Amino acid sequence: MSNAWVAEVVVMPKAGVNDPQGEAILGGLHDLGYRAVSRVRAGKQFRVEIDAENEAAARNAIAEMSDRVLANPVIEVYEIESLTPLTGAGAER
Amino acid sequence: MSQQVGVVTFPGSNGDHDAWNAFANDLGVPTRMVDYRETDLDGIAVVVVPGGFSYGDYLRCGAIARFAPVMNAVREFAQRGGPVLGICNGFQVLTEAHLLPGALLRNESLRFHCDWIHVKVENRSFWTSDVEVGDILRLPIAHGDGSYFADDETIARLESNGQVIFRYCDANGAVLDNANPNGSRRAIAGIANEGRNVVGLMPHPERATDPLVGGADGRRIVTAALSALQVAV
Repeated sequence: MSNAWVAEVVVMPKAGVNDPQGEAILGGLHDLGYRAVSRVRAGKQFRVEIDAENEAAARNAIAEMSDRVLANPVIEVYEIESLTPLTGAGAER
Repeated sequence: MSQQVGVVTFPGSNGDHDAWNAFANDLGVPTRMVDYRETDLDGIAVVVVPGGFSYGDYLRCGAIARFAPVMNAVREFAQRGGPVLGICNGFQVLTEAHLLPGALLRNESLRFHCDWIHVKVENRSFWTSDVEVGDILRLPIAHGDGSYFADDETIARLESNGQVIFRYCDANGAVLDNANPNGSRRAIAGIANEGRNVVGLMPHPERATDPLVGGADGRRIVTAALSALQVAV
């Protein structure tokens, strides 16, 4: 039996990797008066829908594709923020 | 079998015709475009991975091109010691494909830089066989994501192995912060693999092979291809 899952994967620049986008956003926030903001790091979020037999299989596949494609381990780290059964309108395929 | 220079074309490549022109017209060597869907490189003695915006630079520069069918053949070719030159987006593709270490980040300024810059030749490689270590070349750049990054350990290894091939410098060869157009670590503009047959660089030697376009220093890089073609014929 195959089930549909949806994963949210967040990819962020590694600690120590320069993030000029984050710095530019920080500068913009300061210009707008948000002086309390001390640091911004800019990353990416992916919403991946996948068919898999169970949650573990879905998680393994998402982890593998995150390592290989979604993130570049040289400069980025990723986290699977959530993995849930795909339900509702998005599930009708 | 005729031995040719092969210029790989991905969807979104735009430096492929410049590379073709540099080799086919300015050098006058047999050159053919290699489609990204091709799976073997028979008859190819030199591979060029050109500049551009392969797959729209989506996800990360070079991240999707790395999985194009032709890249398996390019990997095998490189592992056999075949000379490969990755220019700009081609450099990004080669790092994503793990044929070269490190990665190219967004320029520190966040600006796309289109300019003429200088690089110093730092070490020997296949692609620096017609220049001397210490030579200063004037070459064009055109990139938004050219800031070379690798972790401390990798940088130390590249330096001690002599794999840093080009470094940004001023017209007199001084490596200064204001001569570094993108914030690259150690002002690195180009590196080689351990075998010295695979070189990637952000500047465009293939766009500087004729004085008519403002400079011909790039010709001294691309002429290295001649030795491979002569040996292989």
